[in-house]
Amino acid sequence: MKILIANGRLIDPSSGLNQTGDLAIADDRIVGLATAPADFKPDHRIDASGCIVVPGLVDLAARLREPGHEYEGMLDSELKAAAAGGVTSLVCPPDTDPVLDEPGLVEMLKLRARKLSRCRLFPLGALTRQLCGETLTEMVELTAAGCVGFSQADRAIRDTQVLQRALQYAATFGYTVWIRPHDPWLGKGVAAKGAVAMRLGLSGVPVSAETVALHTLFELIRETGARVHLCRISSAAGVALVRSAKAERLPVTADVSINSLHLTDTDIGYFDSAMRLIPPLRQQRDRDALRAGLADATLDALVSDHTPVSADEKTLPFAEAEPGATGLELLLSLALKWGEDKNVGLERALAVITSEPARVLGTALGSLGSSAGRLAVGGVADVCVFDPGQRWAVDPSQLVSQGRHTPFAFESTNMELPGRVQHTLVAGHVAYSAGSTA
Amino acid sequence: MLSRRSNHRNPQLNANGELIHLLSIDGLPAAVIQHILDTASTFLSVNDREVKKVPLLRGKSVFNLFFENSTRTRTTFEIAAKRLSADVLNLDIAKSSASKGERLLDTIASLSAMHADMFIVRHSESGAPYLIAQHCAPHVHVVNAGDGWHAHPTQGLLDMYTIRHYKRDFTQLTVAIVGDLLHSRVARSDIHALTTLGTPEVRAVGPKTLVPDSLRELGVRVCHDMAEGVKNADVIIMLRLQNERMSGGLLPSAGEFFMSFGLTPEKLALAKSDAIVMHPGPINRGVEIDSAVADGHQSVILPQVTFGIAVRMAVMSIIAGNEP
Repeated sequence: MKILIANGRLIDPSSGLNQTGDLAIADDRIVGLATAPADFKPDHRIDASGCIVVPGLVDLAARLREPGHEYEGMLDSELKAAAAGGVTSLVCPPDTDPVLDEPGLVEMLKLRARKLSRCRLFPLGALTRQLCGETLTEMVELTAAGCVGFSQADRAIRDTQVLQRALQYAATFGYTVWIRPHDPWLGKGVAAKGAVAMRLGLSGVPVSAETVALHTLFELIRETGARVHLCRISSAAGVALVRSAKAERLPVTADVSINSLHLTDTDIGYFDSAMRLIPPLRQQRDRDALRAGLADATLDALVSDHTPVSADEKTLPFAEAEPGATGLELLLSLALKWGEDKNVGLERALAVITSEPARVLGTALGSLGSSAGRLAVGGVADVCVFDPGQRWAVDPSQLVSQGRHTPFAFESTNMELPGRVQHTLVAGHVAYSAGSTA
Repeated sequence: MLSRRSNHRNPQLNANGELIHLLSIDGLPAAVIQHILDTASTFLSVNDREVKKVPLLRGKSVFNLFFENSTRTRTTFEIAAKRLSADVLNLDIAKSSASKGERLLDTIASLSAMHADMFIVRHSESGAPYLIAQHCAPHVHVVNAGDGWHAHPTQGLLDMYTIRHYKRDFTQLTVAIVGDLLHSRVARSDIHALTTLGTPEVRAVGPKTLVPDSLRELGVRVCHDMAEGVKNADVIIMLRLQNERMSGGLLPSAGEFFMSFGLTPEKLALAKSDAIVMHPGPINRGVEIDSAVADGHQSVILPQVTFGIAVRMAVMSIIAGNEP
């Protein structure tokens, strides 16, 4: 199968490529960039006039709810949602049911995703069995099964000695440990500590829940040399600590969610459970610091933190409502929106959802390492084509994901988002085309 | 960043600014609060009549939905509704549906099908009455009878009625609220009402674990010393100290709390000589308040209860659109 994506503006943040031209694909590889090879005869032609052609998006945090929700066809619907959002590679955390702590489960998940062939799936293995924070998992075997790193998802390890040993063991083999820094005791509340939580009578999570955990982690990283990816930084103080850790050249990378990048606790309004999120939304100065931190590369990647939640679990009093929001289909638009607001330039706005998250994954990507998140001749043909001029109103009922709860619904924000995905290709195969039900 | 519409409209007021639910005092205009208090004073005389009834809610069904136990508050709502000639149904949800795992909104839907006109809701989670108000039929009215740490607006209003009764003008007063403000829905409602009515000084008094600095965001002066907190106060509102505060590192013991922040005759002597002492009840003698103070001539704890019935009658008749 040969595909020509014709006459689009090709942007690859990793190489600096930014020019109008054609992109030629043969089988699963890119064979021509800017101009197609002389003898290239496409079987299928995609007109990308007026569109931007970029590497397929890499999302470092999306929950697919499988295993655990197979009966609802979650993997199918959520990978469709990924393709509709231009996402061609995603990392899923291990907090499924059962937990991803057995190689067989990881192999099964990868196999099922491969059969659907809509998006590449990179699971994180559980760092400890059952995520209980007590016993280490078989990290070598889990890696062989396809895990790209190890994580506790949102369940912190309470015993600091277990955390230290988990980092030591992972460092032995060069595995990356993915941790959302939060102290489980200080982090017990449901909203960020501050005026809003005080006014609404919601239990507050202080900034120290994040900073205490970061200080502990940095000490243990100095001691063990483990490589750590810090997930969902949420506070100004957290950004400052990550910045100084990077200045010290500690082996850390970090991400922020689309929710924390655009929202604050005042958006909770009158107990809007769409805003019940982990980590909780913080204040304006925190959001400003996160936006600046993503711009100056203190934070490496922007993630959707996609978490589909059923309506039953959201129509509950705020504290009882299940945390999370759908996000895969919003990632591109919210990166572009941040880019516009902060004036960081289109290339940086695209880098934080393509080349930068691919760099975070690094060698864990294996043979894909040299081409995922990039456009390169000879590299894999994971491509997203989007229309930058199209602004759209988010209507939750029109989303592909089964998760219909988002803080960005037009009905509540009255705000249109920039950029709409037109085509998504994974390994040279069209996984999504706007207007068709592929 | 986002300009929010639906979620930022105060759900207790309709498009004409009329009160259709009472969910919180936060965001109520001063004129609405004064109107409720004025209406309550007309009901006070009903309570002194031989036949203690007015027909303002005749034929209406009022459902007391108490997801959290409270005999006292439920009873005062029941009396108030009956004096307005409503049919009152008490549903002790804490012991029935909720324990069977029924979802909150399913309970509401099935009760709505019984043609309820008004829900009086007590719930342990902050914001639960908002969820109910957003999902019930348009003709149904919701009164928050206490939700989590968030609000207890009828208690706040009856406290304002009491203060107005004894002190007349809010704009000259110093009011001290003492105890566990962090976990108190009564304190939040009192603070919103007092600041809305123009009280120049509202003090929050207690240890840092129960009176955190973030309370300043609500417009109060934070005091961690009892003598400083009650000095020259016109009104002292003591809050009930829940037993569970002794776990989780908030307080070492009830005895030590009383020593530091309990209201004794000696501490009361630091306030103005005509200061009144209030308490939402039920009181813990020897924990937050000395018996000599609770039963003393400056205590208005029992009049608060009496005023509470008139205030609840006023709230129910106003939100139902049947004012006297």
